[in-house]
Amino acid sequence: MNIKVLGTGCANCKSLEKATYSAVAELGIDASIEKVEDITKIMAYGIMRTPGLVIDEKVVLSGRIPGMTELKEIISKSV
Amino acid sequence: MKPVFLKSRNGQILLPLLLLPFWFLIYHYLQPFTNYLVYNAFGMTKGTQLADALWFFLFEFPKVMLLLTLIIFFVGIIRTFFTPERTRKALEGRKTFTGNVMAASLGIVTPFCSCSAIPLFLGFVESGVPLGVTFSFLIAAPMINEVAIILLYGMFGWKVAVIYVGTGLAIAITAGWVIGILKLEKWVEPWVYETHLGNSGLADETLIFTKRIKLGYEAVREIVGKVWVYVALGILVGAGAHGYVPEAFMASLMGKSVWYSIPLSIIIGIPLYSNAAGIVPIVSVLIEKGASLGTALAFMMSVIGLSLPEMIILRKVLKMPLILTFIGIVGLGIMIVGYLFNYIF
Repeated sequence: MNIKVLGTGCANCKSLEKATYSAVAELGIDASIEKVEDITKIMAYGIMRTPGLVIDEKVVLSGRIPGMTELKEIISKSV
Repeated sequence: MKPVFLKSRNGQILLPLLLLPFWFLIYHYLQPFTNYLVYNAFGMTKGTQLADALWFFLFEFPKVMLLLTLIIFFVGIIRTFFTPERTRKALEGRKTFTGNVMAASLGIVTPFCSCSAIPLFLGFVESGVPLGVTFSFLIAAPMINEVAIILLYGMFGWKVAVIYVGTGLAIAITAGWVIGILKLEKWVEPWVYETHLGNSGLADETLIFTKRIKLGYEAVREIVGKVWVYVALGILVGAGAHGYVPEAFMASLMGKSVWYSIPLSIIIGIPLYSNAAGIVPIVSVLIEKGASLGTALAFMMSVIGLSLPEMIILRKVLKMPLILTFIGIVGLGIMIVGYLFNYIF
C-alpha cells in the first residue's frame, strides 16, 4: 500500500509524517510512505487544509492530526 | 475503580459536565488563593516590586489558561460545523459587499492556520470566490480568533473584546471590498488560475455528537498545547513590567498626545510576529503603563493581522504590488481604528 502525507512543510505536516511512520511500524504493515510538498500536486487532491493523508490515491484525512489510535484505525481500515 | 459510565460513549458528554463545577470553583477562588500564597505563605510584602510581579504571574497565568481551556473546548465543538469546504461553498459566486461581510464573519469561526493559507487561497479562488471576498476571509481569520477574544476578555473585560471584534470585522470587510473594486486579479500569480483543483472525495460527513465532543478535546489538546508557552512568556514579560517599570513610562511613547505613535506602532508591529496568546498580556501592561487604548490596539492588530511570515507565504500566490496594496489598505484601516479610539476614550 502507498501512503502520502500532503503538506507544504509546516510543523503539523511534519508531525503527521512522523506519526504515520510510527503507526505503520506498530501495525507491521508493508507500506511505502511519501511526503508530497508540491502545492499544485497537493491541490490536485482537492484539499484546502494541510496536512492531508492519502492512502492508495484516496484522501482519508485533511486539516488535523489524528490521535495515534485513530490514525492506526484509518490505516488498518484501508489495508 | 473507575465508574463504568466514564468509559462509555455518554462518558464523553458527562465528563466535561462533571469537571465544570471544579472549573468554576478554581476560577472563583483563584484571586484569594494567590493572595494567600504570595502574601502569607511566601510572606512577601504587598506593594514591593517582586511581590507585585510574582502576584501578577501567579494570578494571570492560571486565569488565562482556565479561560482558554474552557472556551477552546466549546469553540472546538462549534467549529466542527464550519469546515473551509462549507465556507467556500457558501461564498462561491457571492457578489462584492454581501460576500465580504459573510467572508469576514465566517473567518472568525472557520478553523484556520496560516500554514494552510495557500491551499485555502487556491481552493477559494479556483472555485470562483471573488478575490476581494477571499481577502476579507484571509484578513479576518487570523486577526479575529477565539484566543484573541478570550484573552482580551480575560485581561480587559468584555467591552474591549467587543470593540476588537467589531473593528476587526470592519477592517476585514472594507479592505476586502476595496481590493475587489480595484480589480487586482492581474497581480495574482498566473499559475494560480492554471492549477487544477481536484475532488478530494472526502464525504461531507455528518458527525455524531460524541465525535464532535472528541474533536473539542482534540482542539484543547492541540491549541492549548501550542499556545501555553506564548501565554507564559507574554505574562512573564507582562509581570516583569508590571512590577518594575514605572507608572506612566509608556505615556511619552504611546500616549494619546503623541500623534505619530499609531503609525509607528503599526510599522514596528509588522516584522514582529506573535500570535494573540503572546501579545495580549504585553499589550495589557503597555496600557497599564500609560499607552492609550487606540495605540495599543493598533499595535496588537498590526502584530497579529500583518505578519511578515504570512506575507512571505502569500508571496507564492500573489505578486509584490498586491501584497503591498494589502499591507497598505489593512494598515490604513488599523490606523483609522487607532485614531478613532484615542479620540473616543
